[in-house]
Amino acid sequence: MRVFAVAEIKFGELDPVSIELLNLANSIKGDGTAEAVVIGNGISKYAEELAKYADRVWKIEDSSLENYNPELYVDVLSQLFSKEKPDIVLVANSSRGSEFAPALATKLNAPVITDIVGLDTSNGIKATRYIFQGKLLVDILVKDGDTSVFTVRQGVFKEGSEVGGEVVDAGIKPSVTPKREFSQIIEPEVGEVDISQADIIVSVGRGIEDASNIELAEELADALGGVVAGSRPVIDSGWLPKDRQVGISGKTVKPKLYLALGISGAFQHIMGMKDSELIIAVNKDPEAPIFGVAQYGIVGDIFEIVPALVDKLREIKG
Amino acid sequence: MNIIVLAKHAADPESEIRVSQDGKSVDERGLVFDINDWDRYAVEEAIRLKEEHGGEVVVVGVGQTEDTLRKCLAMGADRAIKVPVEPGMDSYQTAMAIKEAISGEKFDLILAGLMSQDYNNALVGVLLAGMLDIPFATAVTSIKVEDGKVKIVRELEGGFGEENVLSLPALLTVQSGINEPRYVSIMGIKRAKSKELKEVSVSVEGGYTEIDRIYTPPVKKAELIEGSPEEVAEKLIQILKDRGLI
Repeated sequence: MRVFAVAEIKFGELDPVSIELLNLANSIKGDGTAEAVVIGNGISKYAEELAKYADRVWKIEDSSLENYNPELYVDVLSQLFSKEKPDIVLVANSSRGSEFAPALATKLNAPVITDIVGLDTSNGIKATRYIFQGKLLVDILVKDGDTSVFTVRQGVFKEGSEVGGEVVDAGIKPSVTPKREFSQIIEPEVGEVDISQADIIVSVGRGIEDASNIELAEELADALGGVVAGSRPVIDSGWLPKDRQVGISGKTVKPKLYLALGISGAFQHIMGMKDSELIIAVNKDPEAPIFGVAQYGIVGDIFEIVPALVDKLREIKG
Repeated sequence: MNIIVLAKHAADPESEIRVSQDGKSVDERGLVFDINDWDRYAVEEAIRLKEEHGGEVVVVGVGQTEDTLRKCLAMGADRAIKVPVEPGMDSYQTAMAIKEAISGEKFDLILAGLMSQDYNNALVGVLLAGMLDIPFATAVTSIKVEDGKVKIVRELEGGFGEENVLSLPALLTVQSGINEPRYVSIMGIKRAKSKELKEVSVSVEGGYTEIDRIYTPPVKKAELIEGSPEEVAEKLIQILKDRGLI
């Protein structure tokens, strides 16, 4: 199989997910090749780095590719793939990859499956992904299509070995005038508390039910000497400021204690807190994916457990 | 400003989810259906844009979707198009069906939720944009229409955002939290009854994928702490003490 991985460069660095894509490519290529594509301006250093893990690296270089633009990406990639005819194209399931990959698929008339965590090519092509926010897995067979496009979940294919391949210039230039123009990058908001530096985090999710209940989490955080953070639904509701969001689109935290209250554990959240030293989760739903990363779990009502815990902590501290 | 919004009637991932006997589908008993959470934000955003710029909001739903379409009409959408096909999980078929159903519509903007809360594919929106060959952006957290263009902010990783300007017509998928969706009022529900809900039959062919198996993921489970709230608190405090955290 000819497997192509589209590398990702972010803020002047090769994103580690690019290597993960090549790890997957190498594990499924069989007698074929694992090839990388790198797009941008002044990208030779990234191409050289990628070549350690790929049989071949294709450089697509142009000053108009300095900033990511999905229309230009679809244009140059479809030019390359129409010529090289890969069996499989792997793209990161990032804010960028998950945006341009479906449009690339329509351009190539190719099947597309997103956010995959497994890919089996031993008998046809079978991809594995989660549905219902991590509660179920589904194996999906590709029925038709010469090229298949997949976006790959980060952090899944970390293991791999070096290959050592060549770098070639794809000789491709953009052939369209984009209807979307990049203006600027917007920096994250800075608040008074930096949760990424906290040792103890009391984190609340949808289960906190209402803004007024945040106080409960604050009492517990006070008693423990920690700070309050939250998952996406809490931030979306405006119950906590954006800089308190834990997850892929928020902050990554590694405290000594992460107490997850009423958080179901969507992947986007788990990626932001799974490296905490100790994770304790309280949730009503025994099937909540958060119990898959927690060391200790309590299946119960946070409105009963938290006050009891606050009382006991206050007793100890006098 | 004519806006098409895509709204899915989707199962709540917090409801009781079981695999069917055949191992290839999800048992619908125990599932609670409602408007897909991300689409709720898209509908709200469309209504706000209409309130600011005038025009019409047309909501499009695929499958068994009346309840959700009625809800969107009650929120303030002007009319609804129901596409009565059941493409299941193949997003290509869904996007094709929508493309066909809106072929007679004039629009400046198509809005959709970033993804559906049940299958989490995040595909239909961009597939449709690709099929219509119009500019698009995903995970949008701010939309401003000015001078015949649309200025958006989209969410990146780590709290960063990216500002872009797209020419119209365009398709945007919105991230949750972009606004605060309004509640459906009794007056809204009354008014919605007189609004048009049209069925458009389309033919859907092929599809690229097929479900092989659906199953419960094997997960490492946390050690469970049981007992009354006081007992649980007691045990937790012991754990925290042992670790030197208190």
